[in-house]
Amino acid sequence: MGCGRVGGKLAGLLDIEGHNVTILDIDEYSFRRLPPEFGGTALVGNGTDEDALKKAGIEKADAFIALTQGDNRNIMACQIAKHIFNVPRVLCRTYDPLRQELFGSLGIETFSPTTIFAQMLKERLLKAKPTGEKKAK
Amino acid sequence: MYIIVVGGGQVGYYLAKALMDEGHELLVLEKDAARTAFICNDLGSVCVRGDGCEMTTLAEAGAGRADMFIAVTGEDEDNLVSCQAAKHKFNVPRTVARINNPKNETIFKKMGIDVTISSTNIIMESIEEEMPTHPLTHLLDIQEQGLEIVEIKIPPHSPAIGKTVKELSLPAGNTLSLIIRSQQKPFVPDKDTILEAEDQIIAITTPESEEALGTTLRGS
Repeated sequence: MGCGRVGGKLAGLLDIEGHNVTILDIDEYSFRRLPPEFGGTALVGNGTDEDALKKAGIEKADAFIALTQGDNRNIMACQIAKHIFNVPRVLCRTYDPLRQELFGSLGIETFSPTTIFAQMLKERLLKAKPTGEKKAK
Repeated sequence: MYIIVVGGGQVGYYLAKALMDEGHELLVLEKDAARTAFICNDLGSVCVRGDGCEMTTLAEAGAGRADMFIAVTGEDEDNLVSCQAAKHKFNVPRTVARINNPKNETIFKKMGIDVTISSTNIIMESIEEEMPTHPLTHLLDIQEQGLEIVEIKIPPHSPAIGKTVKELSLPAGNTLSLIIRSQQKPFVPDKDTILEAEDQIIAITTPESEEALGTTLRGS
């Protein structure tokens, strides 16, 4: 759910590995971020809407990942996926570390890019010596 | 009681006003600066600018000592998340959420929000009840028990006319509590009461069986 840079990239990666991927976004224009060779399904729809999720095949899904810009939207969609459709694996991006903590403790697998990136930058900065050149993404 | 209201739109504003008149201590959290200023101007300093989904804002608002938490923004996901934060992070004993999309009622209930109010459903029902062909009117929902109190009027050609309550074969768990008949005092029916056309009946039913009750009393 959410075809931004991360969503589009992830959908492409999973597709290449042979998974059956459906990506949802409320704006058709977002699908430009999918790689041209993307073989999955791109569907316009709201991921917090049960009917849109059904259309996307959530009843048969093995995993659901919420990657929109809205923390609350992501959390709500993941709770619907987990508690109404019983999707076995549900991952959620929440920018807010405090919300990540709370909803993590309530059973949703949440990631805060804010925490992860800050941590990563700090470690990189404080490392004794740089480990050679690394290409920036 | 100390009550926190999230969302200072029309609903939040008039709710705050009503709750203050009842003598409650109150705080409105509103994201928009201009709206916050308007409410403070009108009701006194009871509105703080802030996001009711942010834990720090909620902590500053004193969510830890709130007796009740009411989320009435126009966004269901915001209402869902802020109520869960209030409930699980700050242990507010009673959380109430407005639901805009009726489809979301299930997830709100599953996530443990104590009271849900579907504004769209309420408006729809009020309008439907004004239709002359409307089978029954909802008077009260008793959410905890899964029961509802409804009013049904027996139309002139109903198959229920002339039958006793016993003969009606009401759906299980349904009770006819009161009959209001013209020119008479309202009375509590027993199993031998015979129904008449134009009887107004107050009944206890469930969301699952209200349709069957309507068919029994009004015909299909």
